[in-house]
Formats: sequence, structure tokens, C-alpha cells
Amino acid sequence: MASAEIFFFILAGLSTVSSLLVIFQRNVVRSAMALVATLFLIAVLFLTLEAPMVGFLQILVYAGAIMVLFLFVIMLLNPTVLERRQMFWWGFGSLTALLLIMEIVFLISNSLRTGGPGASLKESFGSPESLAQSLFTDFVLPFEIASVLLLVAIVGAVVLAKREA
Amino acid sequence: MMIDLGIIAAKALLVLFMVLNLAGVLGWIERKGSALIQDRIGANRASIFGFAGLGLVNTLIADPIKFLTKEDFVPARGDRFLHTLAPCLALFPALVTFAVIPFGDVLILGDRVINLQVANLNVGILYIFAMASLSVYGIVIGAWASDNKFSLLGGVRGSAQMISYEVAMGLSVIGVLMIYETLDLQGIARAQGNLLWGWLPAWGIFLQPVAFLLFFTAAIAETKRIPFDIPEAESELVAGYHVEYSGGKFLMFFAGEFAEIVTAAGLTTTLFFGGWQVPFLMRDGFHFPWVGTLLLPHLAVTFLQVVAFTVKVIFFCWLQILLRWSLPRFRYDQVMRLGWKMLLPLALANVAVTAVLIVVLQKSS
Repeated sequence: MASAEIFFFILAGLSTVSSLLVIFQRNVVRSAMALVATLFLIAVLFLTLEAPMVGFLQILVYAGAIMVLFLFVIMLLNPTVLERRQMFWWGFGSLTALLLIMEIVFLISNSLRTGGPGASLKESFGSPESLAQSLFTDFVLPFEIASVLLLVAIVGAVVLAKREA
Repeated sequence: MMIDLGIIAAKALLVLFMVLNLAGVLGWIERKGSALIQDRIGANRASIFGFAGLGLVNTLIADPIKFLTKEDFVPARGDRFLHTLAPCLALFPALVTFAVIPFGDVLILGDRVINLQVANLNVGILYIFAMASLSVYGIVIGAWASDNKFSLLGGVRGSAQMISYEVAMGLSVIGVLMIYETLDLQGIARAQGNLLWGWLPAWGIFLQPVAFLLFFTAAIAETKRIPFDIPEAESELVAGYHVEYSGGKFLMFFAGEFAEIVTAAGLTTTLFFGGWQVPFLMRDGFHFPWVGTLLLPHLAVTFLQVVAFTVKVIFFCWLQILLRWSLPRFRYDQVMRLGWKMLLPLALANVAVTAVLIVVLQKSS
């Protein structure tokens, strides 16, 4: 087996274990830290896929900013008593998991059938220039719509917070 | 193949060694510097067999022994695992960030070209911000795992402060990136070797003075030192997020803080003060405007570059210690106001003005 594959399986195994820890931990802060570890490992996966820019943005945005705010809220509320697990959520969760597994099986079998190596990497793949190029030319409309959506969300949050006070 | 790996390992070890040692020395310089500024004699009690002459060496030996032989205390109701994990999370980002900061140009030995930078990433600056954004976990987790209200308050303050100043720090660098047109720190350092109007080095400080002030302020806030040390404000929170830490774990927090100082100094040097550039020193020697040239061998040039980088880094470390002992502490609301209402709008304005100027200058030339 090539060293890249061995590395992939180590990473995949670790990220599976850490994402399982997110759900099976009884302690909320430990769950959050397991989620940070998962996001970090996924970022490393991006690095092995020749996409350092996406990988570091993943760490910067998800592991470094969003999860810190999660922890901030957890620490402020300090939820020590866990809610009782309800049957409804077990059923709903199992159904979603089943759908997800079916989708993954379908996708993998599909790609195995059509098979063959994909398109070879271009020299500039994953570089900031090529990323910016496609973001600001081909995908400029989705990009702008996403930013407007985020702006609306921020304004909405501020308005709600002001009304409460 | 083996030689290449060996070179990478050697560079990584060298940089780690330098950062850790400089962090240790800074622990002594901080006490000596504070004594100097407050007009008293300081840090002269560490004596080995009654000999206290070499203050630095004695302190460097005494400090770790003292820390490592103390009891490692974990609060009874605290989380033992997270309590141990937190100092590691605090130290790790501080030590790995320096990997993308170049400490010299290329060293040519025979037919081998060695880039004097541990990892040459084309997104180096993003790597630094990604690692810096992780350093907040050490504080937050340590604060929470201690099960202490003072430390929890410190942790909450710390996470709010570091998130706020990361935004300002990230935006302040955008102007620099626009001018040098790269995210690669070695590229930024190289571009600063050019001359403006034939005599002024194209350093970041001359092209982006506002960005430098914003960046340096935000960087000090990220190291959580006075005037931004509200996460550990002694007069309010005893010692803030690390109030329940002792012994080796406290030493890790302590070393992490000094390693962050070194990294902040290295980054300021690279972005705004030419990195390893010596003014007018090109690859083949000095080219003084109006005066003439002085050719130097390659090894001498490389040596001068590495020395210049080290001197600049030490200067900015000293400047941070000087600021720490000269300024009073901000209040929490003042820190937040400074970050969100002053640094952030100024950084945005700086980006806008830089963009307009770049376009105008390109049109006119």
C-alpha cells in the first residue's frame, strides 16, 4: 500500500473515532473538543488532497472560530444535567442515519461502476489564485448571495438581541 | 531523499530550539526589564552554591527545576483529562506557528538550494491565522476544567477577546497582502528587498504604516499581555484562566505565552520590517544608492540575513516587554470597544484606501 493510502486510513480512522466521541460523550465540553478534533482531522484530509487553502480555512473558520463560540455558550450556560433521551429522537436519528448510509453506499457503488482515474490535477489546483478565480468569476452570484444571507442573519441576530434587552 | 529529509528535520529542530530558548531567555529579560523600568534591582536571587553572578544562566536553570519539582495540583471537582490537555493546547500553536516564517533567503551549498524556512506554503499567512485561532482552546478548556469561578470568568473573557482581535488582525494584514500580491511569507519577505524610488527599501512599514499599528496592537492582544491581559487580570481574577495550575502545567502556559511573543515578533518583522532583508543587501552584496557596491560571498550574505532577522525579532520581543511594563491594563469594555469600534473599522478603511491607491497608481503608470 502506498504511504498516502496508509496516511489516509489513519486519518479516516481517527476522524471516525473522534466523531463517535462527539455523540457518545456524556460531558458537553468533552463532546465539543472531540468535534474540534474531528474538524482538525478533516482539515488535514484536505491537505492530503492538495488543497491547503481549503484545509487552513477549515481550521480557521470551523475549528478556530465557530467552535470557540460554541464553547463560549456552553461555558456561559454550563449544562450539567443532561436531558432524558426521548424515543422520538432515537427514531428520527436512526432514520436519518439509514438514509445517509444508503446515500453513501449508492455513491460508492456508482463511482466504482463508472470507475477509472479522474481528471489529472492542474498545476495551479488548490492555489489561492485558482480558488479566487473561480469564486469571483464562475461562482460570483452564489458567492454574493451567500454573503447577503450572512449579513441578513447578523442583522437579524442584532435586532433580536436589542429587543430582549 | 534521506539528505532532504535530514535538512527538513534540521531546520525544524533549529527553529524549535531557537523559539524555545528565546522564550526561556525572555522569561528572564521580562523580570530584568521590569526591574530596569521600575528602577530597582531584579531577578538576582537565583544563586547556585552561593554564586549569583550569571543571573541569566542561574535563572534559566533554577526556573524549570522549581516548576517541575512542584506539586501538580488538579482541583477535586475539575476534569482531570481536560485539565492536562489544556496546557498542551496552549503550547502547541505557539510552537508550530514559526514553521512558515522565513529566517533567511536561500542557502546554496554545492548544488543544493536550501530554502531558509521550515515549511514553504503558498498559503503561509492563512496557516499562521489558523494556528493562532487554535490557541484560544488552551485558555478556554483550562478555565473550564479547573472548576473555579475566577478561572471560568477568565476563560470567557479570553475567548471573547481573542475572537475579536483575530478579526482585526486578519483584516489588518489584507493591505500588506494586496501590495505584495502573495500569501507566501517567503514571497512577502523577498518583495521587500525592492527599492522605492531607488533608495527606500519597500518594507511594509513604509507602504502600510496604519496596518502595522493595527497588526501590532492586535498581536499584543492575542498574546494576552498587559494592556490586554483581562483573561488573567490579577487584581480582579487572581490569575484568571490558569489560577488552578501549578508546576509543569503552569510552566507550559508560561512558555506558551513567551513563545507567542517570539512568534508575534517574527511575524511583525516578516510582514512590516523586511523579514531577513538588510537594507541594500542584494544576493551578491551591498548595492548602496549613490555610493556604490560592495560585493560579498554568498555565505556572508546569508549569514548577515539570518543575523538581521534575529536582531529584528529580538527588538520586537523587547518592545513588547517594554510596552507590558509601561502601560496600565484596559477595562474589559474598553478592550472590546477598541477591538470592534476602532481597530476593525480602521482595518477596513485601510483595505479600501489601499485598493483605491493600487488601482490609481496602476492606471497612472
